[in-house]
Amino acid sequence: MSPESPPPRAPFTKRHLLQIGDLNRLEALELIERAEVFLPFTQAREKKLSTLKGRTLVNLFFENSTRTQASFELAGKRMSADTVNMAVKSSSVAKGETLLDTAATLNAMGPDILVLRHAASGAAQLLARKVSCSVINAGDGTHEHPTQALLDALTLKRSFGHIEGLVVAICGDVLHSRVARSNVILLSMLGARVRLIAPPTLMPADVDRWGCEIYHNMLEGLQGVDVVMMLRLQLERMNGAYVPSAREYFRFYGLDARKLAVAAPHVKVMHPGPMNRGIEIDSDIADDPRVSLIVDQVESGVAVRMAVLEALASHGANEEADGV
Amino acid sequence: MSEPLYHFINARLVDPASQFDGPGEVLVQGETILASGPEVAAGPSAITINCDGHALMPGLIDLHVSTGEPGEEQRESLSTAGKAAVAGGVTTMVLQPDTSTVIDDAALVDFITRRGRDRSLARVLAAGALTVGLKGERIAELGLMADAGAVMFTNSDHPIVSTRTMQRCLSYASAFDALVASRPQDAFLSEGGMMNMGELASRLGLAGIASAAETIAANRDIQLAELTGAKLLLDMISSEATLPRIAAAKAQGLDVTASVSVHHLTLNENDLGDYRTFAKLSPPLRGEQDRLALIEGVKSGILDVIVSGHDPRPAEEKRLPFDEAAFGASALETLLPAALILYHEGSIELLDLVRAMTSAPAQILGLPQGRIEAGAPADLILVDLGFPIRFDASRMISKSRNSPYDGRTLQGKVLSTWVAGKKVFSALD
Repeated sequence: MSPESPPPRAPFTKRHLLQIGDLNRLEALELIERAEVFLPFTQAREKKLSTLKGRTLVNLFFENSTRTQASFELAGKRMSADTVNMAVKSSSVAKGETLLDTAATLNAMGPDILVLRHAASGAAQLLARKVSCSVINAGDGTHEHPTQALLDALTLKRSFGHIEGLVVAICGDVLHSRVARSNVILLSMLGARVRLIAPPTLMPADVDRWGCEIYHNMLEGLQGVDVVMMLRLQLERMNGAYVPSAREYFRFYGLDARKLAVAAPHVKVMHPGPMNRGIEIDSDIADDPRVSLIVDQVESGVAVRMAVLEALASHGANEEADGV
Repeated sequence: MSEPLYHFINARLVDPASQFDGPGEVLVQGETILASGPEVAAGPSAITINCDGHALMPGLIDLHVSTGEPGEEQRESLSTAGKAAVAGGVTTMVLQPDTSTVIDDAALVDFITRRGRDRSLARVLAAGALTVGLKGERIAELGLMADAGAVMFTNSDHPIVSTRTMQRCLSYASAFDALVASRPQDAFLSEGGMMNMGELASRLGLAGIASAAETIAANRDIQLAELTGAKLLLDMISSEATLPRIAAAKAQGLDVTASVSVHHLTLNENDLGDYRTFAKLSPPLRGEQDRLALIEGVKSGILDVIVSGHDPRPAEEKRLPFDEAAFGASALETLLPAALILYHEGSIELLDLVRAMTSAPAQILGLPQGRIEAGAPADLILVDLGFPIRFDASRMISKSRNSPYDGRTLQGKVLSTWVAGKKVFSALD
């Protein structure tokens, strides 16, 4: 099957990708399978497809994210979309321009796909209601980061050949992590068993109702797991606000060889990046190609975003928004 | 006799003060109710108003209303608030002091009172700020404001962080027998919170406000009321856990009363749905169990008063990402039809429901209105209790149309509203 061939499935019916919760199992699997088709292609010498020729992709980033933005930009360019990056600095916010003002302006330029990164939870939902193009949520506050979960799932599938039955431990600042939220939903949907490991101060309220196993002790939580997914802890949260200090955090919740030893022998380690080496993860582990899938994740990212762009583009014509 | 006589006949009189709900008549002369009862003798000069069997009840008294005047008239002016109020059956509004110019001195209380009299179709009463600028530091001139007409004192939704300041405010207010309203919310525990803490907030990635933030602050204020002997109104209670504390305070004989907003009786956190900012309220909408407990609270009398919590916010403050959107709902026009949901679904008896919006708040403030009896002010509303309405926020009278009931089917329509014997609203106009 070549990447140029039409995807062998029913057309993707969603107009936006706002949260994993909007996808059903079949749609998620098809996106991942389609991304697998694109994977070898991302490593080929000639990397351009014509799928999105003539379409416009706008990266609208209200928060800095070199990695995600570059990944979407590459994915768009490889599919021949015209790609525009708009880093909306706080200056235009300071001028009083709201998200919806920006949306109205952009909408008038007629893009086909808007990729939004915003510090407020629900920002992508709000934008999607007000524009006539497709919206991809590239991370909204502490809500969701759906393409990250899809690329993590693809990475696991590449490494293990399957996702069903895997025991995945997600460790760290679950409370503030959109990556964790998307992954919990997606991995559970795909049949993996998810454990959450964090001190109670970094665990969301009523998290026991997410259908995960909850651990506050990392050594117990890592027992026999197939995958350890580490989350980033913002430095400002380590000064006594949520945990007493960076060194205490690393001692109890940082991933080192001692703790990793209780996981399954074939354990793999992931991190959505950027990493705080020596705080949440030991450098030796992060850089060990036998254990770390961190580089694979980046590679999967472009392929997954190509699959998502293709799926949304197949949805076709623009529809009317409900007025901006 | 120069003043006209109005004879309301064929009415279903609903008067919680006398526990009466049945067919009857009312005779109004000038600004005052002259007589009421199953049959009232009226001379030939009386103008007959046939109520066609609809409910005639005292005009509603809303203890918690915010407007934008002075300073933010684009949100709501006293004039637009008054129009919205009488259309919703509210004939007396007590205005919060949290305008951009804080109502924290006698001249401003006087301004609001006079301005209300001139501009608003509904009666306007002012609540004075408890502390200067609502900053929670220095006690405001409660005595002078009371003399100027302030009917109670509150720090609105700016919690007084210092327990000692709160103690002194209550202590000082007790010298004037003044009512102090407190919106109980622990400032630290609720800091940064956007909605009810729980599974839904966790899933939506929104910072939560624990029920405990309310219960802790309510406990503190109840204990301070006990210490100082002050009259305390715990304003806009939202969570089940606070109710036993209020009940205990009442059982102990403290002068403690409590209110709840109609939103918290008829909506829950699930109404936030996909980040619906129009349901972003303070205190936050809580779980269904809390809502049901609050309804029980009204029935059992733990919660004395139902308020609208009217907080008009223009679209530009609401059409924002959830974290950035303002709290509050425009609610004067929906207070009655939303409250009537509880009557129609059989949760609360009509008399109990109406009491919480008429005679109960009147009693707390010592007002003569809120009842249908000889000598009381003729503040009356005629209501078609069963009239179905599909509530369309775009047709609201209030200057701000941020209603969480937009698109909902409600039941109950105000047919006409009378303030001081004068017809100020008619649905036919």
